[in-house]
Amino acid sequence: MFYREAGQFKTSYASDQSMFPIIQDRVFIALVLIVAYAVVPMWANEYWLQAVIIPFMIFALAAVGLNLLTGYAGQLSLGTGAFMAVGAYATYKITTHYPDINILIVFLMSGLIAAAVGIMFGIPSLRIKGFYLAVATLAAQFFILWLFNKVGWFFNNNPSGTIIAPPRTFFGVMVAGPEATAQVRYFVALVFLTVFTVIAKNLVRGRVGRAWMAIRDRDIAAEIIGIQPLQTKLLAFAISSFYCGVAGAMSVFLWLGSAETEAFDINISFQVLFMIIIGGLGSILGSILGAAFITLVPIFLTNAPALLNIPFPTDLSKHIEEIIFGGLIILFLIAEPNGLARLWQISKEKLRRWPFPY
Amino acid sequence: MSPRNKIGDVLLAVDGVSISFGGVKALDKVSFDVRTHEILAIIGPNGAGKSSMLNCINGFYHPQEGSITFKGQRRKQMQTHVAALQGIARTFQNIALFKGMSTLDNIMTGRNLKMKKNFLWQALYYGPALKEELEHRTVVENVIDFLEIESIRKTPVGRLPYGLQKRVELGRALAAEPDLLLLDEPMAGMNYEEKEDMVRFILDVNDEFGTTIVLIEHDMSVVMDISDRVVVLDYGRKIAEGTPDEVRVNQDVVDAYLGVGH
Amino acid sequence: MDLLNILFVAPFVDMIGNPRFLVEVIVGGLLTGVMYSLVALGFVLIFKASGVFNFAQGAMVLFAALTLVGLLEHGVHVVFALAATAIVMVLLAIAIERLMLSPLVNQPGIILFMATIGLDFVLRGVGQIAWGSNVKPLDVGIPDKPFEVHGILLNSFDLYAAAIAAVLVTVLAIFFQKTAVGRALRAVADDHQAALSVGIPLRTIWAIVWSVAGIVGLVAGIMWGAKSGVQFSLSLIALKALPVLILGGFTSVPGAIIGGLIIGVGEKIAEIYWAPPFGGAIENWFAYMLALVFLLFRPQGLFGERIIERV
Repeated sequence: MFYREAGQFKTSYASDQSMFPIIQDRVFIALVLIVAYAVVPMWANEYWLQAVIIPFMIFALAAVGLNLLTGYAGQLSLGTGAFMAVGAYATYKITTHYPDINILIVFLMSGLIAAAVGIMFGIPSLRIKGFYLAVATLAAQFFILWLFNKVGWFFNNNPSGTIIAPPRTFFGVMVAGPEATAQVRYFVALVFLTVFTVIAKNLVRGRVGRAWMAIRDRDIAAEIIGIQPLQTKLLAFAISSFYCGVAGAMSVFLWLGSAETEAFDINISFQVLFMIIIGGLGSILGSILGAAFITLVPIFLTNAPALLNIPFPTDLSKHIEEIIFGGLIILFLIAEPNGLARLWQISKEKLRRWPFPY
Repeated sequence: MSPRNKIGDVLLAVDGVSISFGGVKALDKVSFDVRTHEILAIIGPNGAGKSSMLNCINGFYHPQEGSITFKGQRRKQMQTHVAALQGIARTFQNIALFKGMSTLDNIMTGRNLKMKKNFLWQALYYGPALKEELEHRTVVENVIDFLEIESIRKTPVGRLPYGLQKRVELGRALAAEPDLLLLDEPMAGMNYEEKEDMVRFILDVNDEFGTTIVLIEHDMSVVMDISDRVVVLDYGRKIAEGTPDEVRVNQDVVDAYLGVGH
Repeated sequence: MDLLNILFVAPFVDMIGNPRFLVEVIVGGLLTGVMYSLVALGFVLIFKASGVFNFAQGAMVLFAALTLVGLLEHGVHVVFALAATAIVMVLLAIAIERLMLSPLVNQPGIILFMATIGLDFVLRGVGQIAWGSNVKPLDVGIPDKPFEVHGILLNSFDLYAAAIAAVLVTVLAIFFQKTAVGRALRAVADDHQAALSVGIPLRTIWAIVWSVAGIVGLVAGIMWGAKSGVQFSLSLIALKALPVLILGGFTSVPGAIIGGLIIGVGEKIAEIYWAPPFGGAIENWFAYMLALVFLLFRPQGLFGERIIERV
């Protein structure tokens, strides 16, 4: 009854194409933004921000990036971890050598570097169809991590092999380093997530997004109507790597504070992939929902037994996590390949008719 | 029939085109030309090489022999991208729509080549990218009007019935405003009414936009009715060419269809 | 200058300086390669017959090995344990076919591939919960004795491994070429629809193929497990099979063997002669980079088929 399109007529193509054509959706998004920007920083405590919310947003950004490549353009990548590492290590190197450059600009520069690396690995493998990009991204995953692990230049020859986020400010406010408060870091992450999500949404509803989906759905027909496969796929890969690079930089500078290559290993690649499968391939909202889901499940698993007073070895919860994730992947792919995003859509449709059953 | 555009000079010339796959010769020194504004039908028994011929014309297959001259430019092989840029569009025997997208989006992909604003403008959306998008949307909406598919504009094409999907595919080809339209069995699998609609659309396209049309079709009544000229293929070779009436009484053609050994 | 020396001069000098050692390295690499080939074989089987790229092959190897070790630890006699594990793998194959493959039968390849990633996780989790995640030694009675041939150090275990792999490949080759079931499998690999139309039961065939792949996985698991203990990292070996397949071609049994051997030797040589100045561990990525290079020049692999696209 409250959620209906009836009476909302569009009188121009522009309004028909807008991001949230239904007024109720706009109101909802406005509320979400108000909560995110105003309520959360005031009410959330340090622990929740640091342990849950900030990593969720960082992975949401990576998930949006991966979804552009895998969900929209149909190219599977198993190298998300490596591209995040590129972003993180690039930021580390640039900011330690040029501390005067604004750290947020450095994030963007690292994204570009990650995009360039992506193009390098993409060119040989995107010329051919099939799973070859998956292999190339695996190559990237293992090679890049080995490089950052063994070649001292990447971690400034620090004997422990870790990279550490030095203190950095943005217009006087400490955003990185041990002094930066969780609220500030949350805010920065939120701004990045918002901006890049909007950009992603813009890309997918225009020419670029259609070209990606055409390549995904029927690459031969797409080629015949003039969409060039290599350029289209490379663009997706470059943009996706950019997003992952920025997310990686954020993960070290806005969340972890320090990292080794293990923080970006192949398990991260799988995790982000699971986020977009469960959240919904080809859906920006899905990437965010999936990131929330995957971030929260392990927390639930570690805390639930304690709440229920059942003794649980930590090892066991990790394996149960594996089974749950794996099982959910298969389940979602079979039953609802469009993931949580589609479930969300279905509930909105039910809401249209509420309180009537049909 | 309403007055048709006067049939002009040769737009496309196929000269001695041959192509084999492994040991199978799909096309054997086929030559014919297509004149501007005409409707040319390619007919022949199954496996005669008709689809292969279309594939060569728009660059999907690369013939081993012969050449293709389009708009005065002679090429040994066409590239798909070049064909699309030069104004060749086509539909496919087994529908090749993008199942994940709506009707509107599918037809908008037909405009992709003409949309120039790079991805940075797209990322911004407001401004030049939106302006370009709206311009092309107007063209696409005209195509949608023309094909009378307004009501299914936002439906994901995977959910549409077969006949409508074929119409959307035609729309996608029309959106590119082609000079040469290749139609591969556009009426296959349709019932009588759907066929009538399709024929009407094809004739209108040829009439109103002057588009040159090459079509592969099995329904002889349609072929005889709407084509200006007919080319007959059998076992990869051209066995006849002429007006529908001439071809209809050609003994070789009759033999080919009846399966008389030769 | 120094870097150029490390990359282009020193390794070859080392190789020529100690030819006996070089042969040992090559032999060692060949034998590791045999192990890779065994895993890759499982991939090829499944891909040939159902077009599915089974990411979970490594997990299947691990699962088989864990089951076997678990049974042995409980005192079950070797022969019975082997038989029981084989049966478990067949049951697993049937379950996979029923619960995962059939529901997804018409989906594009990438969806099935991702489903096998999910399967990989499930198998790993279940296997480790059921049998524990410590490294377990595996002894099925294969003699493990070093000996010398012309001054080159070899190990009897490795020779047994090579022999077993050869037997397995021969058996599979005969199975595919000579038996009716094998013929049906080849038909299914070629064209699902056509196979269905001549009455070949697709689902049964898939269950058979996955069972065979499971048993191949069991053999691979035994070999790997006996050599270096049954542990979680076995499933990561599977990832290495991907480059093997790129080299050999996704649908070629001889390709899987040759690809595996090339990767095995290449890795070992790279690790021994090139890695030390960098701190080692080139093995982690060498196979993948080699595959990447192959992609540039010969994407269908040494023995794969070029696919003709039809519109």
